[in-house]
Amino acid sequence: MNPTVDALRATFGNAIGRGLESCGDTIVYVARESLLDAMTWLRDTPQQGYDYLVDVTAVEYRDRERPLELVYQLRSLPRGAELRVKVELDPRGDLTVDSIVPLWRGADWLERETFDMFGVTFRGHPDLRRILMWETYAEGYPLRKDFPLRGRFSRAEQVRQALAANPADMRERLRRGERGKLPHSE
Amino acid sequence: MKRVIETKAVSGQSPNYLLAKFQDLVDWAVNSSRANSLWPMPFGTACCAIEFMATAASRYDFARFGMERQAFSPRQADVLICAGRLPFKLAPVIRRIYDQMPQPKWVISMGACASTGGIFDNYAMVQGIDTIVPVDVYVPGCPPRPEGLLYGVLLLHKKIKGESLFDRVPRRAEQPLDERGLRLPPEQIDEISEPFGNSVHQFRSA
Repeated sequence: MNPTVDALRATFGNAIGRGLESCGDTIVYVARESLLDAMTWLRDTPQQGYDYLVDVTAVEYRDRERPLELVYQLRSLPRGAELRVKVELDPRGDLTVDSIVPLWRGADWLERETFDMFGVTFRGHPDLRRILMWETYAEGYPLRKDFPLRGRFSRAEQVRQALAANPADMRERLRRGERGKLPHSE
Repeated sequence: MKRVIETKAVSGQSPNYLLAKFQDLVDWAVNSSRANSLWPMPFGTACCAIEFMATAASRYDFARFGMERQAFSPRQADVLICAGRLPFKLAPVIRRIYDQMPQPKWVISMGACASTGGIFDNYAMVQGIDTIVPVDVYVPGCPPRPEGLLYGVLLLHKKIKGESLFDRVPRRAEQPLDERGLRLPPEQIDEISEPFGNSVHQFRSA
């Protein structure tokens, strides 16, 4: 077990849920409200030094009772240590967490992908648009378990909407400034 | 002597006979020129594009069949070769590329995914590019071997050589999307997008 888990629990107390070890990787559950604080602490505390965000993704399990999990994979490049931080969300409830883009700029597209596929809203993200599906995609969030494999609309409607979502128009929308502001851009 | 006999035979035919012969000659010249110097516009999205590259490279070398110059601009291309699956996000892209190609133009749908959606019977994939653009030759395979694509190209040659400049069919008119923004009636798109093969046990409502 990675000693970081005990250090986290000493610092944040009840906000840290269970910690477990799976296939040699340490997983620690963090309460949604404390995510940003815990991540800041993990990055900025010298003994921890998790300076590299490997991935942000989410998992929804087939078991409807299990919560949807947000997964953050961290790595400390100087120490060579890995830590997986998870946040549990109710898939039928409010799917909002704090964005960690202020900590790692690389989280930008990762959070956009998680938003696109799972519908998780990242509070404070500078530019939370869809990234894999086109921006006006209206069928929902494809990797959610309640999403039908072939999508919600008929094939003809899907073709019609796809043909109408012309990338050139999207570029025009960007040019008009319909886009969030990047952090540190002022 | 032979010449005289031929003239007699010709004069015995209907007055349109010479005209028809002339039209055949023009068709032969035009169609041979077109068929034997097709410029392909490769639209490679997946593993079929690897086979396409193999077809273009020295071992199979479709330059032997007049496809010497690959046109990476649609405005100088004759054949759009869609090699690989087409996600819905690329649907307006391939439609615009097709619209930008000058007439006469042809489309080869290479591989199972481009032709039918293949194994990707899901929310993100176009179920056959014929719902987006008209297709002349479908090359089956997953992916097709270079011989398969070459055979498709030869079939396209045959098709081109069967065309005529002089029949009244407006074959070479542009076919823009209709007022719904579709190429085909919606029922037809739904029909050709129906599940088949090993995906018949999956339903949209599931």
